[in-house]
Order: sequence, then C-alpha cells, then structure tokens
Amino acid sequence: MKLTLKVWRQDNTQDKGRFETHQVVANEHMSFLEMMDVLNESLIAEKKVPVAFEHDCREGICGTCNMVINGRPHGPQKGTTVCQLHMRAFKDGDTIVIEPWRATAFPVIKDLVVDRSAFDRIIEAGGYISVNTGQAQDANAIPIEKDLSSQAFDAATCIGCGACVAACPNGSAMLFTSAKVAHLGLLPQGKVESSKRVQSMVSQMDEEGFGLCSNTGACEAECPKEISIVNIAMLNREYMSSVLGSKVTV
Amino acid sequence: MSWLTKFLTSSIGRKLIMSLTGLFLVLFLIVHLAGNLQLLINDQGATFNAYAYTMTHNPLIKFIAYGNYFFILLHAVQGILLAIKNRQAKGSKYAVSTNKTASWASKNMALLGILIFAFLCIHMGDFWFKMKFTDIPMVAVEGLDYKVANLYSKVEASFAQWWIVLIYLIGLLALAYHLQHGFQSAFQTLGLNHKKYTPLIHSLGRIFSIVLPLGYAIIPILYLGNSMGWWTWFG
Repeated sequence: MKLTLKVWRQDNTQDKGRFETHQVVANEHMSFLEMMDVLNESLIAEKKVPVAFEHDCREGICGTCNMVINGRPHGPQKGTTVCQLHMRAFKDGDTIVIEPWRATAFPVIKDLVVDRSAFDRIIEAGGYISVNTGQAQDANAIPIEKDLSSQAFDAATCIGCGACVAACPNGSAMLFTSAKVAHLGLLPQGKVESSKRVQSMVSQMDEEGFGLCSNTGACEAECPKEISIVNIAMLNREYMSSVLGSKVTV
Repeated sequence: MSWLTKFLTSSIGRKLIMSLTGLFLVLFLIVHLAGNLQLLINDQGATFNAYAYTMTHNPLIKFIAYGNYFFILLHAVQGILLAIKNRQAKGSKYAVSTNKTASWASKNMALLGILIFAFLCIHMGDFWFKMKFTDIPMVAVEGLDYKVANLYSKVEASFAQWWIVLIYLIGLLALAYHLQHGFQSAFQTLGLNHKKYTPLIHSLGRIFSIVLPLGYAIIPILYLGNSMGWWTWFG
C-alpha cells in the first residue's frame, strides 16, 4: 500500500515546527511503528535526519509510542496504542497526518517526542505506597472485595501515555491523576495515605500547568486502556473529602 | 496560603464553584419560569403584576435576588477565567481535529455562556432596569389595597417586536445547549458519578435542557403571535 505521510518536524522546543510530506510503501500487516521504521530507513538512506518518535515495548504497555494520527491520539482504533495499530486500519492511497501530543505541560523535544516528565512529578508527589523494607506479606493476608479489586485494577491499567491530555481540549491531566488516585486509594494498602496523596498529586498537577477538567469525556474516548471518567468523579470526591474532612493540609 | 484559599483556587475547587453556582442558577431558572408562566393567564396581567410586585418588595426574595446576581457574576467571571486558563494549557492546536469524541456543547461552554450573558444584559435592561429606574404606570389589581406597577404592559410592548423575540430565542437556544452539558457536568464535578444514579442525572439534564428553554420560549412567541394576529387563523 502506498501512503502519503504528513509528519510534524520540529528541531527543538524553541523551534516553531512544520509539516513534512513523505511517500511510504507499506504493507497492511505492519504495525504503525514498523511503517514509521520504513520511513526512517528511507530517510537514512537518503542521508536525511530520521523522524524522532518514542517507542519501547511495542506490545501496548509502556505508553511511549505517542502520536496524534489524523487528529486522534493513538490513531483511529479504539483502545489501542500506536504500536498495536496495524496498517490494515488504513487504505491504499491514504494521506496520514502525524502530530505530537499538544499541551503546554508537554513541550515538544523533537519531532513527535514530547517531554512527559510532568507526569513523573505528579507520581513523585504521592502516586506510591510507602512500604517498610522486609519481606512482602502474603498476598492473601488482606481480604479485598472482588468489585473493589476489579475497579482498582481497571484504574491500574493506566500506562501514563498522556493520550488523555492530548485529547482534552483543555490539556487537563485529570484522567491520569484520577486513575492513579483511584488505583491506590481503593486498595487497603494504599488507603492509609490516601488523604495526603490526593492533595499532593492534585497540587502538583495544578503546578505543572495542566488545564481544568470540563467533563467533555474526550479523554476516556481516546484512552488506549479505556479508563473511565468515573475515576475523575472519584478524584473530585476524594479531594473534597480530604481537604474539607481530614486534618491533612498539603 | 491558607488551606481554604488553596482549595478554592485549586483546579478542582474552581470547578466546584462553577458546579455549585451553576446548579443554583438551574434552581433559579425553574422558579423564574414558574413565575413567568403567569403571563399566560388571560386576565390582562393582573396575576403577573401582583406577582412582580411581591418579587420586588418582599425582603427575603430581594435578599435571594442579590445572591442570584452575585452567583451569575461569579459563574460568568470564573467561567471566562477558566476558559482562558484552559486555552493556555492547551497551547497550540492540532492541524487535524476530530469532533467525534466530545459533544459540541461541552467544548463551547464559554461561548454559550457569553451568548447567555449578553442575552441577560438585554433582558435585564428591558425589564429589570425599567422596573427599578423608570416610572412604570401603576394599576389597581382586584383584591389588593395598593396599586402595582404594570410590568405586564411592558412585556406586551417588548414582545410585539419581532427582533426582541428573535434575541430571546437565540438566548434560549444557547441556554439549551449550555444546560445539555452543564447540568450533568455539575454532578460529575461534585464527584457524583454512580452507575445507578448517573443515567437518571443524564436524563434529567436532557429534559431540563429542552423543557426549560421551551417553556420560556412559549411566552414571547405567544405574545408576538397575539400582536400579529397569528392565532386568529386557528379561529
């Protein structure tokens, strides 16, 4: 299949950036990233600079292969990362527009690579469970209701790719933050620190310059792990009860 | 920064203000519509004029009215500030954008809000301002031992002009879309999302977003029709 790619090229954060058009011959069994590899092979053969894009596991769990394809984070297929998107989702002769995540808190480093360290700092602010060193206790020692563990697990599937921020018209990181708060706060091990966690993480999220949630639902529609905005409601609830109902002040 | 200031200026706190003021304004819309529907009683405005008198002279209602003006301004100012902040947070726009993932109303709440606010200014200028600051002829109402301002005649005169009615209909259309997203969004912001209740909230939001603007729209349309003699066609 012959494709026309309009790829975003940007030398560094300060550069204004522009689209570059390339022709690529791919086959429908390739993943989208393999198609990008074909493009880069040909650019290298022509002694041109290859397109910078992030990728790591190529099995849909690392959250690095981030591109907006034809206006949709991770492309047209629901619940899929770019590496799991195959060229059979496109037709011969298609023009594909590839852009980086766009949000002020995610500055472009080069081409399609953005700096997502804002997410790391949100996690550092409280997205963890403090554990004393020593042997881990037996997993069955703490009984957890199945519904709760499923709900926590659904939230825990977040791979931190940032598609929620990329899809949100406000560049809000609420789906990401809420997934972490829900995942940890629903389980007994994480509940202990939940009051402090939610305030610290929201406060860090605000500091990073993400926008505010206006409940458009664009994030859950584009999330490759299909995380629900029910988590955002839970975050709002947890935050309010922590600020108004606990002694914790962050 | 005190914990309260930090809370009210946090992203969730600011949304909470939008949510609570918004829900208060929905209550106002219901009460205001109930009052205004008295304009449809065929008694030359006697009931409506007596009602308007009570609304402008009862101290408790006056107090709530000032609260209402304050909440409208708070909702509007906060809404504009949030829209600006969100625009900055998004930064640059995508070259290709798909509109399938979020409703049009949800992405244009600020625009709809500005339209509603512009309508409110016109609406207040037309009735509230005239009621407060100009001399409206007084009329006697049967059963009352004092005279009341004849606001009914003002309504009749305003709604006889097709362009005023058109402005009202545009304002109400904006309100319909604003409510379509705003009502259910307010509950989500409050943290109330539950698989048992959320479908009900969504349905209630949809009903409100149609019934309230439609209820308001009936009044100017009927009055315009009266002055144009449209209804005589139906005998």
